[in-house]
Amino acid sequence: MLAEQTPPTERYDVEPVNSPTRRQPLYAARRKIFPKRASGTFRRFKWLVMLLTLGIYYITPWLRWDRGPYASDQAVLIDLENRRFFFFFIEIWPQEFYYVAGLLVMAGIGLFLVTSTVGRAWCGYACPQTVWVDLYLAVERLIEGDRNARIKLDQGKWTAGKVIKRVSKHAIWLGVGVLTGGAWIFYFADAPTLLHDVVTFDAPLVAYATIALLTATTYTFGGLLREQVCTYMCPWPRIQAAMLDENSLTVTYNAWRGEPRSRHAKKTLAEGKPVGDCVDCNACVVVCPMGIDIRDGNQLECITCALCIDACDDVMAKLGKEKGLISYNTLTDFNANMALASNEAGALEPRRIRDSVTGKLVDKVRHTTWRSIVRPRTIVYFLGWAAIGLAMVTALSLRSPLSLNVLHDRNPLYVTLKDGSIRNGYDVKVLNMTPTPRAVALWIEGLPGATLSLADSKGMTSQSLGLELEPDKVLPLRLYIHASDADLPPGQSKFQIFVESTDGIRVSTETSFETPETRK
Amino acid sequence: MSNKEIDDLSGTETTGHEWDGIKELNTPLPRWWLWTFYGTVVFALGYTIAYPAWPLISSATPGVLGFSSRANLDADLAAAKAAQGGVIEKIAATPVAEIVKDDELNRFATAGGKSLFKVYCTQCHGTGAMGGVGYPNLNDDDWLWGGSIDQIYTTLTHGVRHEADADTRFNIMPNFGADGILTTEQIDQVAKQVASLSGVEGGAASPEGQQLFLDNCAACHGDAGQGNPDLGGPALSDRVWLYTGTLEGIKAQLVKPTHGVMPAWGVRLGDVAVKELAVYVHGLGGGQ
Repeated sequence: MLAEQTPPTERYDVEPVNSPTRRQPLYAARRKIFPKRASGTFRRFKWLVMLLTLGIYYITPWLRWDRGPYASDQAVLIDLENRRFFFFFIEIWPQEFYYVAGLLVMAGIGLFLVTSTVGRAWCGYACPQTVWVDLYLAVERLIEGDRNARIKLDQGKWTAGKVIKRVSKHAIWLGVGVLTGGAWIFYFADAPTLLHDVVTFDAPLVAYATIALLTATTYTFGGLLREQVCTYMCPWPRIQAAMLDENSLTVTYNAWRGEPRSRHAKKTLAEGKPVGDCVDCNACVVVCPMGIDIRDGNQLECITCALCIDACDDVMAKLGKEKGLISYNTLTDFNANMALASNEAGALEPRRIRDSVTGKLVDKVRHTTWRSIVRPRTIVYFLGWAAIGLAMVTALSLRSPLSLNVLHDRNPLYVTLKDGSIRNGYDVKVLNMTPTPRAVALWIEGLPGATLSLADSKGMTSQSLGLELEPDKVLPLRLYIHASDADLPPGQSKFQIFVESTDGIRVSTETSFETPETRK
Repeated sequence: MSNKEIDDLSGTETTGHEWDGIKELNTPLPRWWLWTFYGTVVFALGYTIAYPAWPLISSATPGVLGFSSRANLDADLAAAKAAQGGVIEKIAATPVAEIVKDDELNRFATAGGKSLFKVYCTQCHGTGAMGGVGYPNLNDDDWLWGGSIDQIYTTLTHGVRHEADADTRFNIMPNFGADGILTTEQIDQVAKQVASLSGVEGGAASPEGQQLFLDNCAACHGDAGQGNPDLGGPALSDRVWLYTGTLEGIKAQLVKPTHGVMPAWGVRLGDVAVKELAVYVHGLGGGQ
């Protein structure tokens, strides 16, 4: 009776915002990765790319290129002090920086092209982070052994042996860092001279500061942070993911033949359940430098280094199955094969893709070939990329090693002299963009009766001026042109200034001569 | 309701934010990132101790490193002065005619003169040194008091008709009309004679005009009107006119002449500045 008199209590569907069941850590500790050594096609390819990229990086500053006695003989040199960039037979002056801009545009479109065809190939093979991490891992493996030995060492007590291994590993890592930073500075000065100066402690402070900075970043990023750089620091994975489409090649776990995965195939088969090719050996996970499982599908963390392909192919070969359970595939082919392998209920049935007699994959299974690479999108990218490249090569081959800049005086526009003739002043710059001295003649055309003089030639006028250009230098001139206003219309007259070197290179520029608007 | 929602695919909690069916995962940040953040906080605090930072009533904490942008400026200025390498002293010790022959001194003096010109000279002579009516154009080859570097230097040092300077450039042209020295008809004749020397419209040479010119004008302006820089007599036979170069203008100048003045810059600016100015003006194109 009493209970009936108690007013009914309403229960609310609510939970405190910070209840322990709702809490998820805001920060997660890093989980150590101990990548196992992989071997196979892609591993060999990666060694080759590493050899090539590191080779280019370390050897380039030491290549020589004879430019005569007036310029450095270093093939590739960024001469910041004199504001010159040398690249073999090309010499770039600061005002020609648009060539560098063109290269950057090409690099951008090239990234579109590569990503839309072969996915994140940059991340997997060519990115310095990937190359140096590979190198650092090789060092680690050399000293501490492969995966299991490294795990054991990591978990073991600090014995003398562990200390020795750890110290030598970090010492070599630092050494690699020093060499990395050391190679960088040689691009900015004559390499042999700078090397001598560096080891005798005669080099400028900025050289040592650069080495120290690059040592620190190489050691930290390549040795300590590794996959964390790609996952958390680099914007590229996000950008590249946006550039992929359903026809781009990506490292794919072919779930349509791998699933349902089973560690005990015979037992499961005996139970009458379907069994895919994947034996769930985790070989793909242990070799992954990012520590992820490719079988979870495409992921931000996956740099598509394809080492899991090598690992899985090994296992498949041992089991006598076709290689390529993990392979480079397009999403289109993957989806088609998934549809082929799925039954009406959506479950995967391996028998649908296998010939019941031979056990081989049926012909209807789609295999990604090189054809996926050639399609309108990639052709457009390639044409754009090639057009800019072609334009740059054309511009480079047509550019003159002699250049002429003329600036007509604005105030005063003209000066009337005692004899009534008109004088105009010009700031002229003649650029000799080759490392050889040049003799040039300067004259004008299109201005009747005009004569030339230089500011320091004390009134001596002539029809043509002979000039000596120093190698790789700009010759500034203060040029006066004299003419009679009787020969010219009032106001502005256009004419050409020519410069021609003794070796036959001629450049010209149009400028104007001013006379009074009103005549007395 | 507000139960925590776990994303099926990733196994990660969502933030509960949803846009068009796309939900945001609440992925935890790596812990080293947090330590990096704490590191920047520590660095920032250290920075405010090392450098001037915390505001006080009238100033700020000076910082233990003793950094001061004002002191840096002073140091930069001192360094710039030192980088001049005693060029100013050299200019002071070198005669102006020698300065223009020395590449380094000439370049330095021209640059200095250019900036001094902008401050002290452009008011009358214009930014391009073109002058105007009554103000000489310094670009041309016509000079009232001579266009050699030494003559320009003297003119600049002592000024023109600057009476406080005993050595100033000084001359006076009589008021031929206003003071009744010549009759209106004679002025007309001599004006036409002068105009004829350089082909000014309306000019006509005549024996009377020639005689009047020789009697009254030739002493300063030269027998043929070629001018006399020693006396500051302007050349009348060329095409450059200080005042209006028409028959009317010539007549007006004969009746009651206008005279220009220029301050004696030697006292005001000092010898080095005047030398620099002289080198600059001499280099404008008309220097002799």
